[in-house]
Amino acid sequence: MRSTRYKKTNRRQAYEAKRRRRSNIIAAISTAIAAAFLYILVPLTPGWSKVKLSFFNWDVLVKTFPKLLDAFLLNVMIFAWSAPLIAILGLLIALARNTQSPALFPLRIFGATFTDVFRGVPVILTVYLIGFGIPGLGLPRPWNSPYIWGTLALVLTYSAYVAEIFRSGIESVHKSQRAAALSLGLSERQAMRDVILPQAIRNVVPSQMNMLIALQKDVSLLSFIGPVEIFRQAGVFKSLMANFTPYVGAALIFLVVTIPSTRYADYLMARQMRARE
Amino acid sequence: MNAKLQLKNLTKSYGKTTVCNGIDLEIEQGQMVCLIGASGAGKSSLLRCINLLEDIEEGEILLDGVDISTPGFDPQKVRSRIGMVFQSFNLFPHMTALDNAMLAPRRVLGKTRAQIRPEIEELFHKFGLADRMHQFPNQLSGGQQQRVAIVRALAMRPEVMLFDEITSALDPQLVGEVLDVLLMLKNQGMTMVLATHEMAFAREAADVVCFLKDGQIVEQGPPSQIFEAPKQNATQSFLARALK
Repeated sequence: MRSTRYKKTNRRQAYEAKRRRRSNIIAAISTAIAAAFLYILVPLTPGWSKVKLSFFNWDVLVKTFPKLLDAFLLNVMIFAWSAPLIAILGLLIALARNTQSPALFPLRIFGATFTDVFRGVPVILTVYLIGFGIPGLGLPRPWNSPYIWGTLALVLTYSAYVAEIFRSGIESVHKSQRAAALSLGLSERQAMRDVILPQAIRNVVPSQMNMLIALQKDVSLLSFIGPVEIFRQAGVFKSLMANFTPYVGAALIFLVVTIPSTRYADYLMARQMRARE
Repeated sequence: MNAKLQLKNLTKSYGKTTVCNGIDLEIEQGQMVCLIGASGAGKSSLLRCINLLEDIEEGEILLDGVDISTPGFDPQKVRSRIGMVFQSFNLFPHMTALDNAMLAPRRVLGKTRAQIRPEIEELFHKFGLADRMHQFPNQLSGGQQQRVAIVRALAMRPEVMLFDEITSALDPQLVGEVLDVLLMLKNQGMTMVLATHEMAFAREAADVVCFLKDGQIVEQGPPSQIFEAPKQNATQSFLARALK
């Protein structure tokens, strides 16, 4: 199809090009109308001037933005060291739930309980319970730090979800692959490691990307137990300046990171769909 | 002389459906045995039982006179001596053709890549796959994939090979290249059991043909007897339909 683009266009292609042009023009016009309405109507609302002043204040944004970026670094750090831990723990839990041998029954039970509990409790509750609970044991520094225990709470919760995704990936690999591996003399464990897991992990990369994006945002939940990351920093500015613009700034910073990752995840998903055809 | 592979009263069922119902069969060293019969007659199940992919309920499977179906017998030891090739190829899609073939010798026999690579490359050459070694399964045609699957099984130097309708998923023009490989193996003296729908091939190449129906061997004998003078009504009517 692609190569024909450079050839002389035939009747069908001319017709399709005309239709494409038409739909592009229609889309442009309807978008322009919608934007015009928003631009005219929103400022007509009674509270607009106040909202504009307290949410979209350019001076406040300029003044607070660098500090917000600094605080965002903490988000990035917490994200960067919890993501690999989540991947490892999630995979281990998935494998634990997938064991067959009767001796490993406790491991299966543990895996099932783990996923049930941490998927069943709201993240913020886990953050509170672990982030406040464990330092409450009176541990010496640095083991009383909310960074550590808050991150652990995130790691535990996300591992539960990630484990379930890995498990669905393992189950998505056709049983005939296992049969082929066993028929060659491989043990169950070798079949899992060399044949099933590599395929399973590849199959779930797009879904796991979505978990990463969610994690990027949920790091902000740690603000409730202490660490001054971007959300808390924005809150501090809000109180200092009696203005909500720092929150909008924080949202912008999040979007700069999450939109590309979302697009990338979509791209991976689309590529995988094509590969499966 | 003892048979290479001997099945005695082999019985296997899934719930209430009996898929193998008291099968007796003796396979001599170097023989090619073709299992024919309608789909669901028990051909594939029989092969899966021989490779211990399924547990049998009754009977014995003797390999060189040793009962490998004894509960608790290490299936890994058996499977590295009995190779199996499947209808749907089942190549590992994340590995090149060469890595597919090297995986089992490396993991099961504990050899290094360097140790086995010459031997396996030779197999690829022999089966006309020399220029395909470094490609992934989805870059190969069905016939090439199936030949790689055969190479992969041969890489373990098995004593017996089981082929489960290995040409059934292939386009008609690709069937020949896979059957040629089987003839090469036969000429080298490989002991083989095939479940197949390729009647012309069975007639030409098999030493023994077994007609299966409802999990039982209805009739067995040399191809001349089965195809030209079948004694059982069931065999006659099956062949009448299959050879039309």
